[in-house]
Amino acid sequence: MNRGVEEERARIPMSQRPEWADIRPVPQYDGPNPVVPIAYTDEFSETMDYFRAVYLADERSPRALQLTKEAIFLNSGNYTVWQFRRLILDALNVDLHEELHFVDQITKDNSKNYQIWHHRRWVAEKLGTQIASKELEFTREIFSQDAKNYHAWSHRQWVLQALGGWENELAYCDELLEDDIFNNSAWNQRYFVVTRSPLLGGLEVMRDSEVAFAIKAILAKPENESPWRYLHGLYKNDVNSLVNDPRVASVCLDVLLDKRDCVHALNMVLDLLSHHHQPSNELKDAVDAVSPDPKPSDSNFAERVCSILQLVDPIRASYWRWRKTSIPAQD
Amino acid sequence: MAELMTEKHVKYILSVEKKKDDFESVVMEHLRVNGAYWGLTTLDILGKLDAVDQDEVVSWIMQCQHESGGFGGNIGHDPHILYTLSAIQVLALFDKIDVLDVENVANYIASLQNEDGSFSGDMWGEIDTRFSYIAICSLALLHRLDKINVERAVKYIVSCKNLDGGFGCTPGAESHAGQIFCCVGALAITGSLHHVDKDLLGWWLCERQVKSGGLNGRPEKLPDVCYSWWVLSSLIMIDRVHWIDKGKLVNFILDCQDKENGGISDRPDDAVDVFHTYFGVAGLSLLEFPGLKAIDPAYALPVDVFAAASNHDGMN
Repeated sequence: MNRGVEEERARIPMSQRPEWADIRPVPQYDGPNPVVPIAYTDEFSETMDYFRAVYLADERSPRALQLTKEAIFLNSGNYTVWQFRRLILDALNVDLHEELHFVDQITKDNSKNYQIWHHRRWVAEKLGTQIASKELEFTREIFSQDAKNYHAWSHRQWVLQALGGWENELAYCDELLEDDIFNNSAWNQRYFVVTRSPLLGGLEVMRDSEVAFAIKAILAKPENESPWRYLHGLYKNDVNSLVNDPRVASVCLDVLLDKRDCVHALNMVLDLLSHHHQPSNELKDAVDAVSPDPKPSDSNFAERVCSILQLVDPIRASYWRWRKTSIPAQD
Repeated sequence: MAELMTEKHVKYILSVEKKKDDFESVVMEHLRVNGAYWGLTTLDILGKLDAVDQDEVVSWIMQCQHESGGFGGNIGHDPHILYTLSAIQVLALFDKIDVLDVENVANYIASLQNEDGSFSGDMWGEIDTRFSYIAICSLALLHRLDKINVERAVKYIVSCKNLDGGFGCTPGAESHAGQIFCCVGALAITGSLHHVDKDLLGWWLCERQVKSGGLNGRPEKLPDVCYSWWVLSSLIMIDRVHWIDKGKLVNFILDCQDKENGGISDRPDDAVDVFHTYFGVAGLSLLEFPGLKAIDPAYALPVDVFAAASNHDGMN
C-alpha cells in the first residue's frame, strides 16, 4: 500500500476523528452468500464505510476530498472513488496543479492502473497546453522504469496530439532505441512521429533516412523483429519500391553472410521473391550456406527458402509450410 | 502431457480464502462482476457451473445495475461498460438474459458511442477499442446491434489498424494482442473481417509464440497465460490457428497451474488468480483439450451458452 508523507503518522480510526462525528458509516452489502467472497482489513472497511456515506449523500466537501485520497491509497483501482473525487474537484474548484502532484505520487507504484491514467488525462485536459512539457517529462520518468508501459505510451500520444510538444520526439525515440533497440513501443512511436508530426514533413520526406536507420538497427541485431516490420511500414502503400530498394536485398545478404540469426532475413528474402525480385547468385549462395540441410531438395529457390525456414524456425513450421504453397508463379 | 487439475481449480474458484489481511482480495471489490464472469465461465467450461447457486448470483448481479441501465463492478458502484458486458455474460451463462430490461441496457450502451464511431467506457469519456468490442459483443448478445451505428463503429476500429496488421487502443497506438482480440472480435461479430489482412496479422500473432511455447502480447515481451486467450482466439477468428505449435502452448498453460492449491498464474511458479485461471482454461478449451466445453472465440462464452442466447427473441 502506498501512502503520502502526511499519512505516515499512525492512522487514527475514522470513528475517533471529531470532524467525522456526524456521519453514520454505510457497510458493504455483498448479499447473503457472496459469489466471490472477499476478506477485508479493518482499516479498509472503515474507510470505505465512510466513503459510501459521503458518496450516497453526495457530499462534495473538503473532508470528502481528503477521504477519497485515503480510499485511493488503500485501493487505487476503485473507479467509483476516482469518479466521485472528480465531482468534488469540480465542485470545489481545486487547483489542478496540486491534483497532478497527487497523481504523480500515486502513479509511481501503480503505473499499470487504468483509473489513474484516465484521471491524469482528465486533469491534463483541463490544464491545457501549458502542461504539455510536464506530461512529456512525466511519461519519460515512467519509461525510465518501464520503457514499454502501454498506458504511458497511450498518454504520451494523446499529449502530443492534444497539447503539442513534438519538437524533440524523434530525438527521444533515438534515445530509447539506443537504450534498447528491441523496444517495440519506441519503434511504434517512431512511426507515429514520422507520420504525424506537424514539424517533419511526413513519411515521403522522411523515408530515405528512416530506411537507413532501420537497416543500421537490423545489422546490429538481425534477430530483432521490430526494424524488419518498420522497414515494411515505411513502404506501406508501395511494396514495389521496397522490393526495388537495393538496400533491402543488400541487408538480407549481409545478415546471411554473417551467419547470424537469419529467420527475419530469410523471411524478407521470401517477401522480395514473392514480388518478383530476381535474386543475385551471391544471395542464393548465402541462403544455401545457412541451410541446416546439406542437400536441400527444392529446385525452386523460393521453395528452398521456405524449407530452410521450417528447419531454423520449427515452432512456426506450419506457417512456413503455408508460405511455400502461396509463392506466386515465377516468371 | 501434464494433467489438468480440474477438481483443484474448481475448489480454488469456489473458496477464495477469507484472510483478513489479504490485500489481493481487497483490491478486487470494485470489479467483482468481472471476477464473477471469470470464475463462473471457468466453472462452466469445466462442467461444474451447478456448484453455485444460480438465483443468488442473478439476484446479486441485478443489484449491480444502475438506473441508467449500465452495471457497476459491484453493488453501489457507478455504471461502466466493462461491468455491463460481464453482467450480460454471467446472465447468459444461466440462460437468464430475459430478466433484463433489454431496452434499458441497450440504450445505456448505445449512449456511449461517439461521433467518430468510437465508444467511451462511461460518462467520463475514456476511449479505447476495448469498449468498441464490449459494446458490440453486449448488443449482439441482446440482439440490439441496431441501436448503434455499426458502420461508424467498424470505421473507427479500422482506423486503429497498424501496418503490422495488428490493432492498438486508439489510432497510432502500438499493436497489442489484447487490443487485437477486441478489434478482431468486434469485426467478426459485425461480419467485417474482410478489413483484416489475415495473412499479415496471422503471422504477427504466430510470432508471439516463444521458445517455452507460451505466447507474449507484443514483440520482445514475456509470455503470459492470458495471451493464450487473446492471441489464440484472434487466430481462430481469422482461421490461422494452425500456424502456432499447439502442443507446446498446451504444455506451457499446464505448467502455469498451482498443482497443490489449484488456480493458474501468468507464468510458471507465479501466484495464481481468477483472471489467469479463466484465461488458461479458456485457452485450453480453444486448443480442444479433452474434457472441456467448447468456447466461442468471439463471444468468450461456452458455445452452448452462445447458441441459447442466439435463440432468444430479442424482444421483452
